[in-house]
Amino acid sequence: MGMTYAFFLGCIMPNRYPGIEVATRRVSQAMGIELIDMPGASCCPAPGVIRSFDLMTWMIVAARNLLIAEQLKAPLAVVCNGCYASLKEAAELLKERPEYLSKVNEVLVDVTGKKYRGTTEVVHLCYEIYEKLGVEKIKGLVKRPFSAAVAVHYGCHILRPARKGRIDDPEEPKFLDQLVEALGAKSVYYKDKLMCCGAGGGVRSGLIDVALDYTQEKVLNAKRAGAECIVNICPFCHLQFDRGQGEIESKRGVKLDLPVLHWMQMAALSFGLATPREVGLHAQVISTDPLLKKLGFS
Amino acid sequence: MSLLIRPKDLQKELVEELNEWSERSLIKCMDCGLCSSSCHSGRRTSLSVRRVLRLARLGYRGLLDMKELWMCTTCYACYDRCPRKVNTVDVIIKLRNMAFKEGRALEPHKRVAKLFAEHGHAVPISDEVRALRKDLGLPELPPTVHAYPEALAEVKKIVEKTGFTNLI
Repeated sequence: MGMTYAFFLGCIMPNRYPGIEVATRRVSQAMGIELIDMPGASCCPAPGVIRSFDLMTWMIVAARNLLIAEQLKAPLAVVCNGCYASLKEAAELLKERPEYLSKVNEVLVDVTGKKYRGTTEVVHLCYEIYEKLGVEKIKGLVKRPFSAAVAVHYGCHILRPARKGRIDDPEEPKFLDQLVEALGAKSVYYKDKLMCCGAGGGVRSGLIDVALDYTQEKVLNAKRAGAECIVNICPFCHLQFDRGQGEIESKRGVKLDLPVLHWMQMAALSFGLATPREVGLHAQVISTDPLLKKLGFS
Repeated sequence: MSLLIRPKDLQKELVEELNEWSERSLIKCMDCGLCSSSCHSGRRTSLSVRRVLRLARLGYRGLLDMKELWMCTTCYACYDRCPRKVNTVDVIIKLRNMAFKEGRALEPHKRVAKLFAEHGHAVPISDEVRALRKDLGLPELPPTVHAYPEALAEVKKIVEKTGFTNLI
């Protein structure tokens, strides 16, 4: 099979939701995927903030990360849509525009002594699993079906800019619905299912109330459709839904309490690879306990 | 914002720079408004992508002071739906770069920029998460710039060389 990837951690997963990292490592191992660490990798850098501040800084730091994967001779895999957006866009720019590549390498050679050749391929691990291993393989690994009604949240940057070739159909995607259903869940259709979580583009850090308006509306839509939890493939969306619901409650007195899981956490539970505690669910703002008890996971 | 636009507020160079970064797509805009009707943010904020693009084509420098510039979540719905294939988000990002360069970014954004320049992570680790990582059986520090000081030094050198450190 030989599925080997340079595992890019990013910021939010290792530094805020490390349970997603545990889940990703265990699920990958169970599926025969080898993840190689990328020693010394940095922030992707975040497309919403750093790319908005200085394009050249963003591109060179991204290239440094791409260079680490190039030297490991493996495609770079992420489990975050933000990292995906940044690294994919930078990789494309550096591949298609030789003038950027030489500009970036001037600095990289000076700082690291190495040159980026522009060959690193960037993938999202959740989609790799879907595409290369398929739902039947996932179904075969399920020990305990996650038999809940789930609201899937794709997140923007896995689907768009579709014009530059991202994943699936941006107006009617299906892979994440299939990924959760493979684990035994029912994916519910809800109003504005493809709406942004509100965090992207620097909006969470810059204008928190705008970000929370998105989150409040989206979580409410999911709840009204009968969803028992929201499942994402992006630690930043994950943070926005989990912490955001806490902020909505403390700032606005609105209690939503919809549990939030990254697909990797959900898969680790369903495959019987981890307890909820081992994938960090006890440390999240919105309690997952009542739901997971009902499903027999704790 | 005031819509009183005087000729001295308009700059041809601004249009050219934005048009260039957008792969010469800005000037293809026909002002149809599909961007605004697709906009997740515009439904709940005062952001009108159509207006931003219109002012950008005029070369209106006042754009750099508009708070609306920072209301876009970069969801790319307008970008993908644009019938003229205008690289809408790229125009907004470039405008933000110009605003940032002139010190006009939002205060919280300047703080994020500092965190990134100092730690190599826009969201660095905290004591609480170090403990949680340990508890979960992970190394207390992830194998990133956090665990490799020489790697952090490289990132710091890059941000210095590009002038980013001076901007913040």
